[in-house]
Amino acid sequence: MHIMEGYLPLQWCIIWFVISIIVVAYGIYQVKKIVDETPESKALIAVSGAFMFVLSSLKLPSVTGSCSHPCGNGLGAALFGPAVTAVLATIVLLFQAILLAHGGLTTLGANIFSMGIVGPLIGWIVYKALTKGNISSTIAIFFAAFLGDLLTYVATSFQLALAFPSPSFGSALTKFLVIFAVTQVPLAIGEGILTVIIWDRLKAYKPKLLAKLNVLAPNEA
Amino acid sequence: MNKTTLIILAVICIIIFIAPLIMFNGHGEDDGYFGGADDAAGEAIEESGFEPWFSSIWEPPSGEIESLVFALQAAIGAIIIGYFFGYWRGQSGKDE
Repeated sequence: MHIMEGYLPLQWCIIWFVISIIVVAYGIYQVKKIVDETPESKALIAVSGAFMFVLSSLKLPSVTGSCSHPCGNGLGAALFGPAVTAVLATIVLLFQAILLAHGGLTTLGANIFSMGIVGPLIGWIVYKALTKGNISSTIAIFFAAFLGDLLTYVATSFQLALAFPSPSFGSALTKFLVIFAVTQVPLAIGEGILTVIIWDRLKAYKPKLLAKLNVLAPNEA
Repeated sequence: MNKTTLIILAVICIIIFIAPLIMFNGHGEDDGYFGGADDAAGEAIEESGFEPWFSSIWEPPSGEIESLVFALQAAIGAIIIGYFFGYWRGQSGKDE
């Protein structure tokens, strides 16, 4: 999902930067609030960020014959919501842009928008809807992670199709969706399963903290 | 979840990521397999005639250095996760 350095026209860089800065700023405010209210969740924020760090460094092969990487954004989104996840994604994307020439500083805003905002937002909405409906949080987290990952790549495809609508927006979107989203389906399933395993252990070790953060289904808390 | 379910889930995960290696066994980057999706998108953009207007301020000088930094990234994340999960497990005082 990394749009490479310099591969977005300037006006799109600016648009995505503006949107992302607002969300990240709100996310930083939220991180402060969460840490003030429940100091013990600090470690959980670190683990959510670390999970993204690990997963986004793994370039995995897909059945389409190309390689891509999962995002790890569903866990943070389910625990702390999309704005906090946007902050964590910014750290990961900065690391990769500066040290790995992966993504870039000019495209940072666009990449935060897809991996830190759209993916987590959808994952968070789905997670909240499922747990409110009394579906086990372990099942809900699978769909949050699966959709958070997949929608990140769908968002990237939309961003590229908007910037390069040649010959038409529709055909450009199809082209980028084939490159990104189709490759991502099996990886997103794998990410979903990995997140379920982490979630299961979290539930076993920190049930009170999860209940305090109000992220469990009503019948689990 | 009990241990068996967790192990089954882990095995499914491993199968998902090994399957492509078996399916496309014998193919390589030279005949267009296992390339990165990010690069594929970059090529698609270049085909439309767009010239990248900015390039990375620093790039890993070789594949070796790149894999070093990627390994570092994974290690940093894994240490943090392992540290806290070990700590929490010890705190919770029981082994399931």
